[in-house]
Amino acid sequence: MPTTLKDEAAIAGIGQTKYSKNSGASELALACEAVSNAIDDAGIEANEVDGLVTFLMDSSDEVEVARTVGLGDLNLLSRVAYGGGAAVPLVHQAAMAVATGVCKNVVVYRALNGRSGQRMGQGVSGDIITADLIHWSWYMPFGMLTPASWIAFAATRYMHQYGTSEDSFAHVAVSTRKHAVNNPNAAFFEQPLSFEDYYASKPICTPLRLYDCCQETDGGCALLITTPERARDLKQKPALIRGVSQASFDGQEQMTSFYRDELSGLPEMERAAAIVYEQSGLGPEDIDASILYDAFTPEVVMQVESFGFCKKGEGGDFVKDGNLEIGGRLPNNTHGGLLSESYIHGVNNIAEGARLIRGDSFNQPQKCDHVLVSSGVGVPTGALILGQA
Amino acid sequence: MLTADQKKELEATIQQFVGKPIGPAATSRDAVNEAMILQWCDAMGDTNPVYQDRAVAEKSVHGGIVAPPMMLDAWTMQGWDMHKGYDEPTNEEQRLHKILTDAGYTGVLGTNTEQEFDRYLRIGDEVTAETIIEGISEEKATGAGIGYFITTKTTFSDAAGAQVGWMNFRVLKFIPKEAPQAASDSGGGAAEAYVPARIKPPMGHDNAWWWNEVAAGRITVQRCKGCQQLRHPPRPMCPGCRSMEWDSIEISGRGTLHTFTVIHYPQFPGYEFPICAALVDLEEGVRMVSDVMDCKPEDLKIGMKLKAYIHEDDDGFKLPLFRPSE
Ligand SMILES: [Zn+2]
Repeated sequence: MPTTLKDEAAIAGIGQTKYSKNSGASELALACEAVSNAIDDAGIEANEVDGLVTFLMDSSDEVEVARTVGLGDLNLLSRVAYGGGAAVPLVHQAAMAVATGVCKNVVVYRALNGRSGQRMGQGVSGDIITADLIHWSWYMPFGMLTPASWIAFAATRYMHQYGTSEDSFAHVAVSTRKHAVNNPNAAFFEQPLSFEDYYASKPICTPLRLYDCCQETDGGCALLITTPERARDLKQKPALIRGVSQASFDGQEQMTSFYRDELSGLPEMERAAAIVYEQSGLGPEDIDASILYDAFTPEVVMQVESFGFCKKGEGGDFVKDGNLEIGGRLPNNTHGGLLSESYIHGVNNIAEGARLIRGDSFNQPQKCDHVLVSSGVGVPTGALILGQA
Repeated sequence: MLTADQKKELEATIQQFVGKPIGPAATSRDAVNEAMILQWCDAMGDTNPVYQDRAVAEKSVHGGIVAPPMMLDAWTMQGWDMHKGYDEPTNEEQRLHKILTDAGYTGVLGTNTEQEFDRYLRIGDEVTAETIIEGISEEKATGAGIGYFITTKTTFSDAAGAQVGWMNFRVLKFIPKEAPQAASDSGGGAAEAYVPARIKPPMGHDNAWWWNEVAAGRITVQRCKGCQQLRHPPRPMCPGCRSMEWDSIEISGRGTLHTFTVIHYPQFPGYEFPICAALVDLEEGVRMVSDVMDCKPEDLKIGMKLKAYIHEDDDGFKLPLFRPSE
């Protein structure tokens, strides 16, 4: 039995739907299309899938997906909470299942009508009083109703602490868009963003402008995870999981960890990083490209610090020096990220991580032996290092 | 209240309106003219001479009087006849509203509008407006009540058919939370009198006591009876000593600003924007989220001194807010 998750699982299939602003389809249809595409991409039979993992927030039940796609019997039906923080932890669940022999082939998925259906940050309502509802009620009456407003507290504090300016956020937005411009699946395909556009965009929650915030998308994305041995015999070049983690940190709340001594760092992300570096035996110097969760631009600035690509407080300069672009130290979000490709809650980010290992990105850096992927910021989250077989 | 099936049927019916033009294009009754511009400027208190003083306007970049861009949708308004359509719909938008009104969504509230202008309108321009029903949200629970946001998009063009601007207009069609007064009492449009309010906290075992204290005029924080540690927001157990016994202390209200954000969008009904949302370091050593009032957004500074007070909304809801203090 393995005692670490290093090289015990691999991403062998990627499936996605069209990403749009109005899918005209049910979320179940999107989920099934993505799952089906992941199975075909890997080149296995539908009835070989024996595990399904998705977001707690997802509206497509595992059994509904299984029945609709014709998957047959399952040994793992699992959900992960905390919004975008769940993306990498889906892979964490799947990797644990295949490493221990619980499952042979797990599909993880996320599908949402994020634009045409239930949108994020539209307030919370309900008649049943839960701890979650009470948690949000410390913020809602004061007008703090959106993820942008919650993350802005940390961004303001970060800028104050380190003297970082909004120019750093602008660089994240502009460099990410450069990648989307070459990605036909991206919402902003062939639509570059200039610094002038960025500064002219309307304020959302200071310091965040419109182009600091990710978009809303209708679509689905799924990944097939199996053992490295099995992955070798399948259709695609596998992306080996060198390390994968889920982590929360003392004082953790869902988006509102406002009561810790320090708001200018991401301690849960630092833990997620420490775990994957230890598992893989790799360090930041070994990472050739990254997919850092970018629901909001300051999150990228803070994460380059969490993962040790620069010192605390230097993230603002790191992103301004062209490091995030092709040819830079750390080509980041080569698909356009959540900001400019699509917002499939970060599962699309993991798909791009696997594409980078395959050599299939629309913005493929020359050397891509190891790719780092993170998930949601400000919530219990996770990190993933993918490598070549 | 509708049954689940009735609601499904209602939603299917209203969604059929999406993408439809509300009716034929509407052309301005009068071409753009000085009299209407003058009346609009009077009503709005706009004294810009380029809208009303020929001599000044001729010397300006416009070379003559232009209409205020914000007047864009005024030119094609229907006039007094507009009121007729609410009982006997004369266009698709009114038909949509009528369907919702009949289903109990009697309230209507303009929530926001977006406009974009391609060029200034000049005297003599004839404006044509084409309006489509651009979207209907899923059912939303708002401060005003449960309802649907309906967005219409109007494209304005000139006599040559070139676009001069567009406007999105969003209304909330909702079931008022409290029974509206009979229309006859208030001379019609009773639902318009309903004022949306901020989202209220649910009142559960772990938090209701705190809001009840605020309602009684006291801002408190929870204190562990086992180890005296203060904690906020309140929770049922002390993370320090795991005691479930607690009481509370009234705070001095003095604190400093730890961090903040000025919230501009999205603008939910029931709140006044922008909002200066604040994380406050209370003198007692715990933090509290609130808003800073009576302070310009640009005057917010981390570390500034704040003082709490209890604010009461028009609907009687009380909550602690902060103001700058010496
Ligand atoms: Zn205690």
